[in-house]
Amino acid sequence: MKIYLILLIVLFSACKQDVVVDNKNIEIVEVKVEKGESLDLIVYNFNELEPLLNKMDDKIYVVNFWATWCAPCVKELPYFEALNNEYKSKNVEVVLVSLDFPKQYETKLKPFIIKRQLKSKMVALNDVDSNTWIPKVDKEWSGAIPATVIYKNEKRAFYEKSFNLEELKTEVNKFLN
Amino acid sequence: MKKVVKLMLLTAIVFGVWSFTKVENKLEDGYKVGDVVSDFKLENIDGKMVSMASFNEAKGFIITFTCNTCPYAVAYEDRVEALNKMYAEKGYPVIAIMPNSVKAKPEDGMKYMQERAKEKGFTFPYLMDKGQRVYPQFGATKTPHIYVVEKTDKGNVVKYVGAIDDNFQNADEVKHKYVEDAVNALLNGKAIDVTETKAIGCSIKV
Repeated sequence: MKIYLILLIVLFSACKQDVVVDNKNIEIVEVKVEKGESLDLIVYNFNELEPLLNKMDDKIYVVNFWATWCAPCVKELPYFEALNNEYKSKNVEVVLVSLDFPKQYETKLKPFIIKRQLKSKMVALNDVDSNTWIPKVDKEWSGAIPATVIYKNEKRAFYEKSFNLEELKTEVNKFLN
Repeated sequence: MKKVVKLMLLTAIVFGVWSFTKVENKLEDGYKVGDVVSDFKLENIDGKMVSMASFNEAKGFIITFTCNTCPYAVAYEDRVEALNKMYAEKGYPVIAIMPNSVKAKPEDGMKYMQERAKEKGFTFPYLMDKGQRVYPQFGATKTPHIYVVEKTDKGNVVKYVGAIDDNFQNADEVKHKYVEDAVNALLNGKAIDVTETKAIGCSIKV
């Protein structure tokens, strides 16, 4: 019985360690990216953003809604960056949609993008009428972030959850064939 | 050996149930408009336990899941206080519940809730969802997340779920005051026009 319990504990800590290792790998990827320069931020209202959610060009789009103030979003950003980098050749494009407040674009968002050297396509969404646009992203979305849409032409999936790199790849792989 | 097998079986069952509950809690669950809300008993910032049953005079409640650390929740703090000032006397007091795991967000701990309430002069109870059992019942997914309930013979019935209004950035540019409209309709015995809205918020930290 004792042995069994110990086994269980070992199993759990093994799982935990996996995640840590994962993190390290991603940090290495990040370091390789060239230094960011001054940057022009694209700011859209929802009408302007909507076409990015409905392209029909056989490409797989991974659209992640995030913000610098959202801790779980920031935590998973490296995975989206890694995906964008690794899956480029597989016709996959990551689009990061920031929901940061406009008054913090200069003070928080831009410095964050530069510091983290984010390479994925970046758009800031400034549209206060969320009750109108949230259901247009997905009718199941409660509005909590992080949230992610993966789509290819008319096939699409929506996730109101945090990802690790493995899960993200698994979901994107469902769109590859 | 038999014991081990039994244990393994038990673990499998526990894990099965656990993963199942996790999925269940995700999105579809929780109270919808028309559902009767179970009462809760949670610790307030003054150390006293608060439940809906403690409000004899209330006609209903404006229940808001909120916290110290989410910028959207913070953006609405003054408006939540204004709602309590406006509606507590009329029978619809605000009850704020902090749903985040304090382990995940130490700045949402009781001490910080007390400080925040003092700083902002909250006149409503600010309760800790200790053990995080209440927010999943409601189906709250984020802060802020509001439920307006009406006290009826059946119990407290959900009348509105969603955002306070349609502009978190600027209170002066609000066009639709969803919660006010809902409570006013209830007070006047009229039907509520908009019973459900969506808004961006911070996911509840587990």
